[in-house]
Amino acid sequence: MYVAVKGGERAIDNAHAWLASERRGDTALAELSIAQIREQLTLAVNRVMAEGSLYDPDLAALAIKQARGDLIEAIFLIRAYRTTLPRLGASVPVDTAKMAVVRRISATFKDLPGGQVLGPTFDYTHRLLDFKLAAECAPETPATAPPDPAAVPHVTDFLNRDGLIEVNPQSAAPPSDLTRAPMELPASRALRLQALTRGDEGFILSMAYSTQRGYGRTHAFVGELRIGLVAVEMEIPELGFAVQIGEVELTECDSVNQFKGSKTEPPQFTRGYGLVFGQTERKSIAMSLVDRSLRWAELGEENTGAPAQDEEFVLMHADNIQATGFLEHIKLPHYVDFQAELELVRKLRAEAYAQQEAAE
Amino acid sequence: MTHAALQGGFADAPIASAHAFRAALAALSQPGTLHQVVGAEPPAPMSVAAGVLLLTLVDATTPLHLAGAHDCQTLRDWITFHTGAPLVSADAAAFALGTWQALRPLDRFGAGLPDYPDRGCTLIVEMPVITASGARLTGPGIAREAHLSLPEVAAFAANHARFPLGFDAFLTAGATIAGLPRSTKVEAA
Amino acid sequence: MTDQAYNFAYLDEQTKRMIRRAILKGVAVPGYQVPFASREMPMPYGWGTGGVQLTAACLTPDDRLKVIDQGADDTTNAVSIRKFFQRVAGVAVTEATTEATLIQTRHRIPDTPLRVGQILVYQVPIPEPLRFLEPREAETRKMHELEDYGLMHVKLYEDIARHGQIATAYAYPVKVEGRYVMDPSPIPKFDNPKLSGSPALQLFGAGREQRIYALPPFTHVVSLDFEDHPFVASKADHACDLCAATDSYLDEVIIDDDGGRMFVCSDTDYCGGRRAAGYVGRLGGQA
Repeated sequence: MYVAVKGGERAIDNAHAWLASERRGDTALAELSIAQIREQLTLAVNRVMAEGSLYDPDLAALAIKQARGDLIEAIFLIRAYRTTLPRLGASVPVDTAKMAVVRRISATFKDLPGGQVLGPTFDYTHRLLDFKLAAECAPETPATAPPDPAAVPHVTDFLNRDGLIEVNPQSAAPPSDLTRAPMELPASRALRLQALTRGDEGFILSMAYSTQRGYGRTHAFVGELRIGLVAVEMEIPELGFAVQIGEVELTECDSVNQFKGSKTEPPQFTRGYGLVFGQTERKSIAMSLVDRSLRWAELGEENTGAPAQDEEFVLMHADNIQATGFLEHIKLPHYVDFQAELELVRKLRAEAYAQQEAAE
Repeated sequence: MTHAALQGGFADAPIASAHAFRAALAALSQPGTLHQVVGAEPPAPMSVAAGVLLLTLVDATTPLHLAGAHDCQTLRDWITFHTGAPLVSADAAAFALGTWQALRPLDRFGAGLPDYPDRGCTLIVEMPVITASGARLTGPGIAREAHLSLPEVAAFAANHARFPLGFDAFLTAGATIAGLPRSTKVEAA
Repeated sequence: MTDQAYNFAYLDEQTKRMIRRAILKGVAVPGYQVPFASREMPMPYGWGTGGVQLTAACLTPDDRLKVIDQGADDTTNAVSIRKFFQRVAGVAVTEATTEATLIQTRHRIPDTPLRVGQILVYQVPIPEPLRFLEPREAETRKMHELEDYGLMHVKLYEDIARHGQIATAYAYPVKVEGRYVMDPSPIPKFDNPKLSGSPALQLFGAGREQRIYALPPFTHVVSLDFEDHPFVASKADHACDLCAATDSYLDEVIIDDDGGRMFVCSDTDYCGGRRAAGYVGRLGGQA
């Protein structure tokens, strides 16, 4: 006999308790600490900070723990927390030329002032499972060198000196804020970059990859990729100057792209830009390719109809929190809609049968 | 900035502004109805009702125009301290405050864009008194017809004629507010 | 009890002001979708974040909140949203439509008539009625500006050509005060007539899509149709098996392995009220 679906509240409470117990797993094993996640799953922490748009490694680690390692769920936790934080002010733009680099490479010049710094990269590791890691083992102590206090100039500045690459537009106008104003299309480049830097790594990666395979070609090289700490400074009105309030780790990618030139401008290279929280190399490179691809109109290129050239398509589908929410909402009850369709299909079928019979 | 500028804000902002918003919402969604609000004590010449509306609706993101006698240092200080709203010329305003006489001419105020009509200005019109009598109102929010003591019929009729563009108005007197959105058809009684 | 860790009704005051301004503009231009800077809420996009933000911006401590999903107060997501507001706003709740001052709903308009002073908040997944005909926002915005709704009429007409009738059973498009074509959210078309002339204020919130729109009380709303194919508000051709109502929207429930089924009111409060008043449906005695 039909019993109305009651007890939703108890079901939810029970589900949450079960979830908490599953998260903890076997209690005979030591519990993961936030510090362990922060220190040993750093790249996951970085991704959560980047796509969560909140630079706080401890909170990101906590979110990863709470989300049982589901990074999109962790990003969601960070985003929802971030919304509730008061805005005390805005920092002055960070100066990535003054970055204390741990990694800095250029694909366009063999050597250059500041040097090529390989840094802690997976690049030339052989992807062989290291079974030593299955047991606890202390890694070798890496070689170190004293820090070089000299600033590391951007590679694109060398090209810029000869007019070989487009000049980055300079503006003192505060950029609009994606998280505080509704997206309006067409979007400014600043707004596009905001959407890309917090966009889903997988989505941005695939979009970038599609441009390399001919869907809106970008012809990109990594002009420079740099990773390191930069100082965050804030103007204090009472003091009348900016003071350092902390530092953040960033990954910056300047891609160098071809450009045919126009009637008014001789040929020069063009730029794509990527800047992402943390050591997030794949995301940063991909972002710079997608940024470049979305600039087709500004640079007088042909719209080939490629997905990565379609600003609305890219910006409206890059956010994994929006995407996963809407995707998963189809789990929610839709009895009412389904019932309405059921009635309609029955009616249409009845009419179709009646017509068939009348014809026979 | 004087001591007076620091006084007269909401005592418990989340609760006071919630009540005030519901009054504003009821006023605008049912043109011709009068609603009482409390919680703000702005300096003269601003009414309590106008003060409540400003505390509830404006902040640093909403440019505000002060017209006529309302454009005085005391009120400027009070508004700046309590809301942070940038004080601007009429054409740049999201909100405007003043008597009907001071607000005119009305074509100074933004009426929104054809693709973004929501960007039309909101006028807060200070009145000596508001009654549910006078001009005849029909349209959304009104079951049959309503009446409101508008300062003038022609300007509101003309505003409605350009729907969906236009300004929207709150009338304020003492602690009383009434609303008149651009969707309301206005005729002489 | 209110959770002291959060501001009243969760959202900070600046966010509430921004949403409140958007609501007022929505009220001033009925049926027009006002863009707003939707915030990330502690529940997923697509699960009612637009409705939750509207409710949060409207609630006062004096309110009595009702939350329904598919017409029912006890569906899991309705329970979850109701609990959220009990926690962050300390607000009183009810399942009785007549007692509620604010009702947040997903996919239904209550079958009990609403009254002046009540607010009905709809959760909206895709606010743009033209979206599935034209995916680009820049284009659909232009169509609304120019009142160019030809595409919608072509779609409805194609339905008639193919199926002999308009094959839209829910989220059936309407025209508001002769101006804007509006998506009424995925309510069954049975509910469409209740949109028009309702004494309650109706607010629509789409969080992910960042849009708010409104129908003030007594707004004239017409379901799109053709003279020779007039709109019909249809439902299952049965009476409720629990309360015998013939005027309510019905859910179909499979009750055994042989395809046995029963029909029951989707509005649980409406059904419960009728049964309490002594109405008994075909299977009501056994339930």
